[in-house]
Amino acid sequence: MINTLSRMIRTGILTEPLPPTVEGPPSVEALQHDLWKILGRALCIRHVDAGSCNGCELEIHALNNPYYNLEGAGIKFVASPRHADLLLVTGPVSVNMEEALRRTYDAIPNPKLVIAIGDCGACGGVFGQSYASRGGVASVIPVDHTVPGCPPTPTAILAGILQALAAR
Amino acid sequence: MTESLKSLPIALPANIACSHASLGAVHWQRAMAELRTTGATFLTLWGADDCDQNGCFSIHAAFLTPAGVEVLSHDIENVTNPTYPSIAHLFPAAARMERATRDLLGIVSTAPEQQPDQRGWLRHNAWPANVYPLRRDTPEPRTPNLEPSTPYPFVQVEGDGVHEIAVGPVHAGIIEPGHFRFSVVGEKVLRLEERLGYTHKGIAKLFETLPQKEGHRLAARVSGDSAVAFSWAYCAALEAITATAVPGRAANLRALALEHERLANHLGDLGALGNDAGFAFGLTQFSRLKEDLLRANIEAFGARYLFDYILPGGVAADLPQPAYAHLVHLYRTLEYEVAGLQSIYDEHGGLQDRFREAGLLSHDLAHSLGAIGLVARASGIANDLRADHPWAPYDKLVTQIVAETGGDVAARVLLRFHEIFESLRLCRALLADLSHTSVEAGPIATVIPVAEPNRLGIGVIEGWRGPVMIALETGPNGSIRRCHAHDPSWQNWPLIEYAILGNIVPDFPLINKSFNLSYSGQDG
Repeated sequence: MINTLSRMIRTGILTEPLPPTVEGPPSVEALQHDLWKILGRALCIRHVDAGSCNGCELEIHALNNPYYNLEGAGIKFVASPRHADLLLVTGPVSVNMEEALRRTYDAIPNPKLVIAIGDCGACGGVFGQSYASRGGVASVIPVDHTVPGCPPTPTAILAGILQALAAR
Repeated sequence: MTESLKSLPIALPANIACSHASLGAVHWQRAMAELRTTGATFLTLWGADDCDQNGCFSIHAAFLTPAGVEVLSHDIENVTNPTYPSIAHLFPAAARMERATRDLLGIVSTAPEQQPDQRGWLRHNAWPANVYPLRRDTPEPRTPNLEPSTPYPFVQVEGDGVHEIAVGPVHAGIIEPGHFRFSVVGEKVLRLEERLGYTHKGIAKLFETLPQKEGHRLAARVSGDSAVAFSWAYCAALEAITATAVPGRAANLRALALEHERLANHLGDLGALGNDAGFAFGLTQFSRLKEDLLRANIEAFGARYLFDYILPGGVAADLPQPAYAHLVHLYRTLEYEVAGLQSIYDEHGGLQDRFREAGLLSHDLAHSLGAIGLVARASGIANDLRADHPWAPYDKLVTQIVAETGGDVAARVLLRFHEIFESLRLCRALLADLSHTSVEAGPIATVIPVAEPNRLGIGVIEGWRGPVMIALETGPNGSIRRCHAHDPSWQNWPLIEYAILGNIVPDFPLINKSFNLSYSGQDG
C-alpha cells in the first residue's frame, strides 16, 4: 500500500492542456462549463469498431491515459449507446458489421453526433470498397466530423471531438 | 495405392529454413499424421485457385518443426466438387481455417468419420453462399449481398437452469467486434462459443490488386497492434523470393521496432489486466509508461505506431542522433518502473486472488489443441522463433525464451513482465550495435528487383502474440498472385472456449484480456 501511494505521489499529475480548436485553445474549465450548459453532465461517447485493424482503438485507449485525461475534461466512454451523445466509429465498415453499426446508431437518442475516426473511417483507407467492405462510415450512417490519420494521434482525436462539439 | 509423392521436398525462399513438398491426397494425409506424431507446431492453412494455370485448386499447410518451416501442398483436380482431406482431427486449430477456406474458395474439407463443421465462418451474409471471392473467375465488382441474414446455429446446452448470455458483436468497451455465446448455470460458464469474422475486410483478395512493392502497407494493417511483425513478415517473404540482402543496419532497426511493438503491447496489457481485476492504479501507471514509449517512437522512428516503417529492402528512416541518448534513458526508466510495478502486482493479495487459477489452460490441453506464441509459453510450451529459428539480426542476439508453467491469468501476466525485461535487454544490445556504426551509418534500405512470376516465399516473424506468417506468391510484372496472412490468434481463439470452462462470467473479461487476441487478424 505504501508502495502504491508513494508511486502515485511520485508520478504526480501528468495531464496536459487540451489541444487547440479552430476557435483557439480551449481551457478545461471553459469546456466543462460549455458541456454543463448544453448537456447538464459529462459528454458520453459510445465507440464502435466497424471493422478496423485495431490501430485506431489503441489511440482511442490512449485518450484515457493520464497525459490526455479525457475524463478530466468532462468526456467519458459509456457501455451502452442509449447513454451516449456521440458515436465514435473506427474502421472501414465491413459488410459483416454494417447491421450492428446501424443498430447502434439507431439506439443512440437524438440529437446525436457521429465522428468517423481514421483514414478508414473517413474514406475506407487501404481497404476501400469491396465485396467485404463498404468503405468510409458515411456510406452507412450520417457522419458529422472525420478525423483522418492512420492511426490519428490521441491529440488529433481529442481535437476532432472538441471541434465537432464547437460546431454544434 | 498407386499414388506417389508429386515432388520431393524443395527449399522455399524464406527468412528461416523452409522446405516445400507437393503431395497427392494419400501422402498428404500420411504426412499430416507423421507431423502430428513428431510434435510439429501447426502454423496455418490456406487455399488458392490455380485453375488458370494447372486446372486445379490447391490447399497448403505450414508447420514449424525443429528444422524450420515445412509447407505441404495438395492439388485438387476435381474442380466441380473440390474436396481435400481435413486435418482438423490431427490439428484442431485447422478447423476454423478449413471453414474460412471453404467460405472464400469453395473448397471443402472432408473426413471419413466425423464430418467437419459445415457452418460458415468468415461469410456471415456479406456475399451469396455460392459465390467464392478468392476464385479467379468471380466477377468484379463484387457487390455486397443484400439478402437478410440467417441466424447462426450456436450449439445449445440443455438442462435445468441453463440459460444463454449473448455478447457482441458490439462490446461494452473500446474493443474489436466479435460475438460470444455463453451457456451458464447461475454464474458458472458451462460452455462458450465464439463467433468471429465481423471485421472481415477481404484482405486476401485485396492483396491480389496491389503491386509487390506496396503489399507491406496492407500487411501492416492486417492487425494494427502487430503492424511491425506483419510488415516485416511480408518484406521478408518478398526479399527471400528476390534474393535481396537487407543491410545489417536495417535489420537491426527492424528488430528494434519489433521489440518496441512488443513492449508497447505488453505495457498496455499489464495495465488493462490490472484494471479488469479492479486495480485502476495499474492501468494509470502502465498507460503512462506506454505513452512514454509511443512518444519516444516519434523521435526514434517518426511515428507512434510503426505502420509504414518497414519497407521492402529495408526501413523508412535511420535513428536520428538525439534519439540514442533518449532511448537509453527510456529503457532505464522502463526497467526501473516496471520492476517496481511488478512487486506491487505480486504483493497485492486481491489482484493475485483474481489472477491465480483463473482461465486455466493446462500444458496438456495447450499442447493437444496447438496453442502458439505467448499463450503457449504461459502454459509451459517454450517456443519462440527468435530463439528457435533466429533470423537476422536475432541470430547474433541470443534471445532467452521466457516460459511459465501455470497456464492461468497469473502466468500470462508474469510472462509479460519477464518478456518486457528480455525485450529491454534486446533493445539495449540493438541500440549499442547501432550506435557503434553510427558514424559510418551505412545504408538503411536497398532496391528490390521485380520478382519472377509464380514464386512462393514465406516470411515468418515472432510478433508479440506469437509467430505471424505471410505466404506470398508472385504474379507477372511485379504483381501479387496470392498472399496469405496468418495471425497466431487463429490458433489461440478456440483455447479461450476451454480456458473459461468452470469460471464465472465476470471473470471472462479478465481471462479474455490475458489472451488479448486479435479479431481483425483472424477475420482478415
